[in-house]
Amino acid sequence: MHEIAPQYSAALNYRKGRKWPDISFKYLAMVGALMIVLLIVLVGYELYRSSSLSVHQFGFSFVKNLAWDPAADIYGALPFIYGTLVSSLLALLIAIPLGVAAALFLTEVAPLSIRQPIITIIELLASVPSVIYGLWGIFVLIPWMRDSFYPFLKSTFGFLPLFKGPIYGVSMLSGGIVIAIMILPIVTSFSREVLRAVPDLQREAAYALGATHWEVIRIAVLSYAKRGLFGAGVLGLGRALGETMAVTMVIGNSPVISASLFAPGYTLASVIANEFAEATTDLYMSSLFELGLVLLVITLIVNAIAQLMLRQLTNGASAKN
Amino acid sequence: MTSIDNLKKRIIIGTQVIKPTVSVIPAFEIRNLKLWYSQNQALHDVSFDIAANQVTAIIGPSGCGKSTFLRSLNRLHETIAGSRMEGSIKLFGDDLYLKSIDAAYVRRRVGMVFQKSNPFPTMSIAENVLVGLRLNGVNDQKFLKQRLEESLRLSALWDEVKDFLDRPGVSLSGGQQQRLCIARALAVQPEVLLMDEPCSALDPIATMKIEELIQTLRTKVSIVIVTHNMQQASRCSNKTAFFYLGRLIEYSETRTIFTNPLNPQTEAYVSGRFG
Ligand SMILES: Nc1ncnc2c1ncn2[C@@H]1O[C@H](COP(=O)(O)OP(=O)(O)OP(=O)(O)O)[C@@H](O)[C@H]1O
Ligand SMILES: [Mg+2]
Repeated sequence: MHEIAPQYSAALNYRKGRKWPDISFKYLAMVGALMIVLLIVLVGYELYRSSSLSVHQFGFSFVKNLAWDPAADIYGALPFIYGTLVSSLLALLIAIPLGVAAALFLTEVAPLSIRQPIITIIELLASVPSVIYGLWGIFVLIPWMRDSFYPFLKSTFGFLPLFKGPIYGVSMLSGGIVIAIMILPIVTSFSREVLRAVPDLQREAAYALGATHWEVIRIAVLSYAKRGLFGAGVLGLGRALGETMAVTMVIGNSPVISASLFAPGYTLASVIANEFAEATTDLYMSSLFELGLVLLVITLIVNAIAQLMLRQLTNGASAKN
Repeated sequence: MTSIDNLKKRIIIGTQVIKPTVSVIPAFEIRNLKLWYSQNQALHDVSFDIAANQVTAIIGPSGCGKSTFLRSLNRLHETIAGSRMEGSIKLFGDDLYLKSIDAAYVRRRVGMVFQKSNPFPTMSIAENVLVGLRLNGVNDQKFLKQRLEESLRLSALWDEVKDFLDRPGVSLSGGQQQRLCIARALAVQPEVLLMDEPCSALDPIATMKIEELIQTLRTKVSIVIVTHNMQQASRCSNKTAFFYLGRLIEYSETRTIFTNPLNPQTEAYVSGRFG
């Protein structure tokens, strides 16, 4: 160790004193981060504990059992898992093309002066409460779908099993469409972020080769951004999986698995919201908790995939430039 | 548009672009060029001729409008919202700014290489080189293969990459990526190649390679190069234009600009007293 001259040691002590805010901030931030992790673990544990009765009773067959019959105390999750996944996928099939198209319009096509107003409107849409979309779905969307759009689909694509069967209005397809509308803002704004991260130098490279506007979008923008756009979609899926209120109002709430999109369905989130108040037996309650556990696991997996893909995207981008 | 069809034909036949009597018609005739970004005027009344089959260097201090000038030569400034241009520019006698002429068509005749190399990251080396031809609708595999090799040889990259043409273009080193971008620009056989500080991000050896490349290319294509490097300008160019504050101050033989300039501002700049 060196001897420290007295005139420096004072300065050194002063600096030590000044480190305190740094250190305390570091620990404060760490505690905050740990709390979040702890919260997720606790929620997971609590769901698991409350569902243990059902887990013991049905074991793994719970997730592949078709019947949901509280009167007979028999509970199976498959129709709800199916309903959740199918309505979410439908929503994605609708929301991703629309969201990406809107984002392309906002970053590549629209005049600068109208971009910000549109972005503001999209952000407003994201803050409309779910139940309002549900009301709109029941009173506006569904009647119109039932009387015009679905019959049209049926007469045009009726040869497909997807569009066979009676039309009630409330259906898997209505659920998917309402979810699509609800996740459209987030898919759009996330896609916009991804597209804005495409360097102008890429666009100029394409322009300089004599590409037209659309060709620039295709070879320089979309291909550069495609992984990030996929991430935007998966993030949307994470949202779609948990949508409860509006879906419950339009999907029909009957635990059936049907190939037809005109048939009603039921989602994990909806059945929990609908039935927890009337769960009279312990096993019934416990089964609802297990549905919650299943939903949590599906959501975590989807979000983990989204995070992974986004990480790859940012790594890739920094290696490129 | 018929002019694009003509271009396609030339590319498909694979003959070098036939320039009308090279010695007489300049590559570019620039007349009273003025350019604005919104309210801010970046170029003031620039007029001069850029000779064909020569290397013309554009020099001047940062912000004097060199890149802006270069972009006006292939109408790339039009992709920037708020830019506005006055005056006229002719490319081998054809007015580039006629209403009936598509900017995309101009850019197919005038290739460009940027300061930072910008290969398309999702494309392989081969795809990067051929993307311009594919945009022109060329699909003949044999022809594409042949043009791929030609372009990579022209840009002195063939020997280094011929065994892994399917690897991503961005897997190459910085200098190789820049030569890949040159190959990409050359693949459509442009009549002029614009280079905006092509070496500023490269080490001395990679820089030397590009300078050698410029020397071999000058017989095939007219080159306009922006550079901050005085040695580079004096080494590779025949003519030099000195810009200052958006104006063309002096344009002359490179030797004259560097040894015996007429204008005191030019003199001050090339001797390193400002800029
Ligand atoms: N996209 C743009 N939008 C608005 N103004 C711009 C834009 N690009 C350049 N300018 C302005 O035009 C003027 C000329 O810029 P230009 O990029 O042509 O300079 P340069 O000579 O190439 O400089 P450098 O040597 O630093 O590259 C500058 O005043 C600059 O601020
Ligand atoms: Mg510049």
